[in-house]
Amino acid sequence: MAILTKEAAQALLKKVLTYSKADECEATLSGTEGGNIRYARNAVSTAGDVSTLNLSVSSRFGKKSAFSTINEFDDASLQKVVSRSEELAKLAPENPEVMPMLGPSDFKEAITYVPATAAMTPDTRAELVSKSIIAAKEAKLEAAGFLENSNGFTAVMNSKGLFAYNKSTDVIFSVTTRNQAGTGSGYAARGFNDVNKLDTLTATKIAASKANGSINAKAIEPGKYTVILEPVAATYMLENMFRGFDARSADEGRSFMSKPGGGTRLGEKLMDEQVTIYSDPFNPDMPAPTWNSEGQPLEKINWIDKGVVKNLAYSRYWAQQKNVKPVPGPSNVIMQGGSASLEELIKSTEKGILVSRLWYIRMVDPQTLLLTGLTRDGTFYIENGKIQFPIKNMRFNESPVIMLNNIEALGKAERSISVESYRSYLIPPMKIRDFTFTSLSDAV
Amino acid sequence: MKRRNFLYLAGMGVGATMMPDISALGKTVPLDYLPEPVDAILKKKMADIVLNAARSKGASYADVRIGRYLNQSISTRENRVQNIANTESYGMGIRVIANGCWGFASTDKLDNDSIAKATELAVQIAKVNAKLLTEPVQLASQKGYGEVSWKTPIEKNGFEIPVKEKVDLLLGVNAAAKEGGASFINSTLFLINEQKYFASTDGSYIDQDIHRIWPTFTVTKIDKSNGSFQTRDALSSPMGMGYEYMIPDENEKIKGLVTLYKKRYDMIEDAKQAAVHVGEKLQAKPVEPGKYDLVLDPTHLFLTIHESVGHPTELDRVLGYEANYAGTSFLTLDKWESKKFNFGSKQVNIVADKTQSGSLGAVGYDDEGVKCGKWDLIKDGILVNYQTIRDQAHILGLNESQGCCYADSWSSVQFQRMPNVSLQPGKAPLTSAEMIKGIDKGLYMLGRNSYSIDQQRYNFQFSSQLCYEIKAGKVVGMVRDAAYQANTQEFWNSCAGSCDEKDYRLGGSFFDGKGQPGQISAVSHGCATTKFSGVSVINTGRKI
Repeated sequence: MAILTKEAAQALLKKVLTYSKADECEATLSGTEGGNIRYARNAVSTAGDVSTLNLSVSSRFGKKSAFSTINEFDDASLQKVVSRSEELAKLAPENPEVMPMLGPSDFKEAITYVPATAAMTPDTRAELVSKSIIAAKEAKLEAAGFLENSNGFTAVMNSKGLFAYNKSTDVIFSVTTRNQAGTGSGYAARGFNDVNKLDTLTATKIAASKANGSINAKAIEPGKYTVILEPVAATYMLENMFRGFDARSADEGRSFMSKPGGGTRLGEKLMDEQVTIYSDPFNPDMPAPTWNSEGQPLEKINWIDKGVVKNLAYSRYWAQQKNVKPVPGPSNVIMQGGSASLEELIKSTEKGILVSRLWYIRMVDPQTLLLTGLTRDGTFYIENGKIQFPIKNMRFNESPVIMLNNIEALGKAERSISVESYRSYLIPPMKIRDFTFTSLSDAV
Repeated sequence: MKRRNFLYLAGMGVGATMMPDISALGKTVPLDYLPEPVDAILKKKMADIVLNAARSKGASYADVRIGRYLNQSISTRENRVQNIANTESYGMGIRVIANGCWGFASTDKLDNDSIAKATELAVQIAKVNAKLLTEPVQLASQKGYGEVSWKTPIEKNGFEIPVKEKVDLLLGVNAAAKEGGASFINSTLFLINEQKYFASTDGSYIDQDIHRIWPTFTVTKIDKSNGSFQTRDALSSPMGMGYEYMIPDENEKIKGLVTLYKKRYDMIEDAKQAAVHVGEKLQAKPVEPGKYDLVLDPTHLFLTIHESVGHPTELDRVLGYEANYAGTSFLTLDKWESKKFNFGSKQVNIVADKTQSGSLGAVGYDDEGVKCGKWDLIKDGILVNYQTIRDQAHILGLNESQGCCYADSWSSVQFQRMPNVSLQPGKAPLTSAEMIKGIDKGLYMLGRNSYSIDQQRYNFQFSSQLCYEIKAGKVVGMVRDAAYQANTQEFWNSCAGSCDEKDYRLGGSFFDGKGQPGQISAVSHGCATTKFSGVSVINTGRKI
């Protein structure tokens, strides 16, 4: 069994620490069980099952630190992994950035574990996929998709008395439906802690309606347009920005969060006042662990508050250098939405483009966070509050910082996954003016 | 941490982050630990347990990969070592066909009982999923090779070089950049050793020992007067070589406007020139948008080849198997069947090659027991072939696979991955300096930077680490914020020829991502400096 209970993990970690002779020692135990299934051309292509349990031991002598890991758990192996990490720590060069380990903390219980997801089997995966294939066939389309579930735990204990344990489950699903002629394509993606929230049939039907609705796309001239980004498109665009909420790179002058002339943009109004971005491990739609790998508690924290940069993450080392309190990085990322539905956003648009999904986003300029990428799987022209016709895909060159200054309206936030990292976020659909498209693509 | 998270981190660029402890790369092992390869007799014994158990459970075909993957990464910034990680991953992946369907399971518990259970699970998964099949898997026949082996022909095993020597080199590189005026430098050395054993019910028992290396850095300079910053990444290439790549050799350098490297790298020298380059980039004038003739150095063009030729000629993409993630391909089967699809100009000859010495993709046999070879993809500008594996070969009317199957770990299921895909150099003698002399209005681009391409590989946008403006046959200075946008077919039809083989070099992608769950692979692309006429260039400068 790769999943240990809190009590079993605690007992094992206690034993590991008894072998330590270092100034400080920390042991981390983590296990995962799960599986995946992949399908294409309306038939399953590959599938697999994964199960792993690992122990990592970190030892410190002053500023010298090293770690070692093992996946065997008899007493001799436990002793070996501790002594190896100690031998290595003695050999390691001193690292001025090594910080003392943290002591005990009262971590709140996370809400990241759902038994139904943990109980998934190859049969339940096949059943969920078969519903998707049925929906695709009914729409006379070919589906290619992927479903993966995992059930994992992490437990950490150190010689300063810290102990933390967390269990979590996750299931992700994505599907692309295309017509035989290759002239229409649609997509849907879902991610949940609770498999009971996953409806592969409805998701595939949405992908199918996008695919059939995107046939006979017309070319329009690239340029600046008002766009409505659906959550899955907005999520991918913004994920690149979320990675930059870091004080050190900002202080060093090499981030979009760097202030010209030195320092960071903390306190600066960088975006439209409709923009509030925060982390909250207890959000019921987007739960996250309540502690991080350093043993810091994770609480609700605002990164952007009404357009103002409210917080940046400070590692413990960087906080000490700057004489401020450490701020752990985001546990999850949530962008506050408005009350409008996607349909209402479309209805209020005189001329614009509905973007279902973005693809292959890459950084062009880290100074301005300029990104390039393309629309994909359903791009539609809106006029007089109605979708008029499908349009050909286009390449954009745009910065999420500029984009979040050009907000016309926000819809209701919903859980969405990044199509590249598969991380989940809570992000609203958003209407943005002056979004920059630079060329046409023939891709469907 | 899952593999997809590794891809996420790898995407951040090695200069931007410390190499984390990534379980996808295996568990961390001590620095002084160099395990002896597992005895082939023992591996054969384990493999036979799988093959026999699979047959007895009803599998019509089975293969097993027993893999030990060793990785070492050393990350430094300025005068300090950020991380030294040795990771090891050892286990077994079992793939079977039962009731006409694939099934896969993996285990890192290698006792007889665990092996038998994993085999049973693989067969069970195949049988469950067979209900969702429309047609059974058609596997191209493959003769068994018996007991054979293959090794990357390395001169020095990087894992045997003392860690201190490697750390000292990186800190020396950092010092050189700082002395040259850089504000920051992050440098990293990656070493990879795959010890792979493959066996199948066809009667092959294949033992392979594969090595790869990648030294790289990012130099950053900040202009405090206006708060702007610029970076320049290393002009090294990841290679299928040992530590010999790290030993500078004057005969392996190409000297010109920028010093470039063939099969030996001079990391300290490159850091010195990078420190000069970031200063020049801060002073460079913005590019004027418009049409330019592009002179693309192999340090840059390799990635354009990778994205616009390598990926669209993957047969699984063409058929729709990657539709949900990486996408499909504009190179549909009808274009290949017509035998006259004009992929590029007559000068464009592109080969797939899994045997090229020093390349990242070179192996003796692929991960489903097929001996590797070389074949044409684009011949005199015409699309003539794709990249296939055993269950796709019949679609092209081939009797056997082209040997393009790869898995990034024992725990990942093998699937079609790109072989080395390379543009052949020009036949007439020509240097890059001579090529530039013939250009009236152009840009000379070196080094990979931002790259993005659509899901069918039509429309792309690329930018470079260094971009020089060419006017009336002369390089007149550096420009910034230049990116070219093109349609793949138009771009390759604008190809106006390459320099000769003396300029031919390999570039490579060390962490190419594909598949669900995501897997990485390493692949090289060779070419000489090449000219493309009249390509659209945009200016990407903005203000926030």
